[in-house]
Amino acid sequence: MSNEAAAPAAHMADSHTPIRRRKRSVGRRLADSFGPLLWIGPAIGLICFVVLWPVVVMVRTAFQRVSSFGEIKGGAGWRNFTRLFHELAFKGVVERTIIWVVAVVGITMLVSLALAQLFNQRFPGRRVTRWALIAPWAASVLMTALVFKWMLHSGYGLINILLHDVGLLNNLNSASADPLGKSSTAMPWLIFVAIFVSLPFTTYAILAGLSTIPGEVYEAAKVDGSSRWHTYRTVTLPLLRPALTVATLINVMNVFNSFPIIWAMTHGGPGYSTTTTTVYMYVLKGKDLGESAAMSVVNFGLVIIIVAVFLRISRWKSEVE
Amino acid sequence: MTAISAPPSVSAQQARLTQRRRGRPTWKTIALMVSAYIIAFLFIFPYLDMIVTSLRPTNELLTPTILPHHYSWSSYTSLWKTGLGTNLKITLLIAGGATVLVLLVATPAAYFTARHKFRGRMAFLILVLITQMFQPTALLVGIYRQFVGFHMLNSVWSLILVNAGFNMAFAVWILNAYFGSIPRELEEAAMVEGSSRLGALFRVTLPLAAPGVVTALVFTFIAAWNEFVIALTLMTTPNKQPLTVAINGFLGAYSTDWQHMFAASVIATIPVIILFALIERKVVSGLTAGSIK
Repeated sequence: MSNEAAAPAAHMADSHTPIRRRKRSVGRRLADSFGPLLWIGPAIGLICFVVLWPVVVMVRTAFQRVSSFGEIKGGAGWRNFTRLFHELAFKGVVERTIIWVVAVVGITMLVSLALAQLFNQRFPGRRVTRWALIAPWAASVLMTALVFKWMLHSGYGLINILLHDVGLLNNLNSASADPLGKSSTAMPWLIFVAIFVSLPFTTYAILAGLSTIPGEVYEAAKVDGSSRWHTYRTVTLPLLRPALTVATLINVMNVFNSFPIIWAMTHGGPGYSTTTTTVYMYVLKGKDLGESAAMSVVNFGLVIIIVAVFLRISRWKSEVE
Repeated sequence: MTAISAPPSVSAQQARLTQRRRGRPTWKTIALMVSAYIIAFLFIFPYLDMIVTSLRPTNELLTPTILPHHYSWSSYTSLWKTGLGTNLKITLLIAGGATVLVLLVATPAAYFTARHKFRGRMAFLILVLITQMFQPTALLVGIYRQFVGFHMLNSVWSLILVNAGFNMAFAVWILNAYFGSIPRELEEAAMVEGSSRLGALFRVTLPLAAPGVVTALVFTFIAAWNEFVIALTLMTTPNKQPLTVAINGFLGAYSTDWQHMFAASVIATIPVIILFALIERKVVSGLTAGSIK
């Protein structure tokens, strides 16, 4: 196919289309309205089967009485919900979930703002260091959590060995060398690991945002004599807002639904001291499917609120059109 | 650099820039490099310990040293006796199957929405955006009961479907952007030269969108490869479990087989990190598609 032939041909095809469109037959019009289904039908089917149907099943289960063998014993009304709300652990679980999400997302965003600023500078080897940053993002969260569990092992964990060598830890194999076994230290470590695996995505999202800011903006600020910090606050941050919003919301969703970190490192323990609503849902699933479904529905309500906020704030519409 | 009272002349600025690029690095660059290298090291640190632990000889596992005195491959050779080969095969089936399914389902949808305005287009795109926001974990109980109802526990197909369904949104977004950026005149030219509409799609548009297709496929593959919660719930028999669930299984209530766990983790992690580095730049644009440019 030669280029000279292609160009005028394209032009001809272009000028003919409107005429063709006006003389559509009835058959053609039918094809037009069913045609789209041929292309997007499979995608809709998959979404219905894997995403929407489970939502329906889940909500229905929340209002059913389910035996411990998984049999349906009839309707339950709101009983699953009232039982859930009266669980002794429930209040603590909800409070912990809020702390978990706010702490992880808040610290992640602050740190990744700094990291993005650093990795946005020019220096030799920048590309390689950016690759290193990817590791926790690409690796399975489960495996990252398992490595941290091992590094915190009271007797042989690398973090404990290093702390011991430096003199910050007196005895290996002691209670103070087992941070995951104590409720006061387990949660901070889980939050740390969650931040660790969240940082790559948020940092990359902010880096992408930074790259859209034209250099002239900074030159202008420089000419005005603004200090660096002042420029950052008044120029960079406002221009980063769309990137920050999206990164924050995606991060909130991930952290809210985060399961492998807590499950692999503490199973939600000791006691319920590191159990979030998502982990609680999983724990309840083994005991009472109906109540677990009620917990899911509560979770799901929160997710919908977050999605609604996301749709409102993001400018997805202008992009699609 | 501190604030400058008078704007420097363009030529002076230019000179400084070229000097910085060519000449020896300034102190600022060195400081940047050192901090960036330290941070980069911290980010791969846990994975280095993963590798080192997997190479520790069994008799050195319980010696509290930073690095072992000897290294041994024995964990990697004895690993296969634990049935890990089967788990690896299952993971490959799930990740491969989900990737193919996403390709088959997302490509036509993305192509059509990029090329045509039709009734329900907006509704469809909203639907896709919403699924992108949902995580399978949030729907765990529903998914579990649904697949129990279909007698599809321990079936590779159930995980292929779930992984494909939850990763399709990303593929649709990124492909939609790629198709949209390819001028339709190219296709029309091919059609005038005698290609059918599908022929033009396959011969002209798809090859041009190849980077997008590759990104979408690699991303789906990695997500399915790493998935844990749904597999943990749906795959109850050990010889049907993918790597993630099998690796979690090394974590015993009383004792943990750390060396095998990390040998398996290395096998499951390193290829994925390399694959991901290849598509790194495009992933953010896809994940945040529909919201920022």
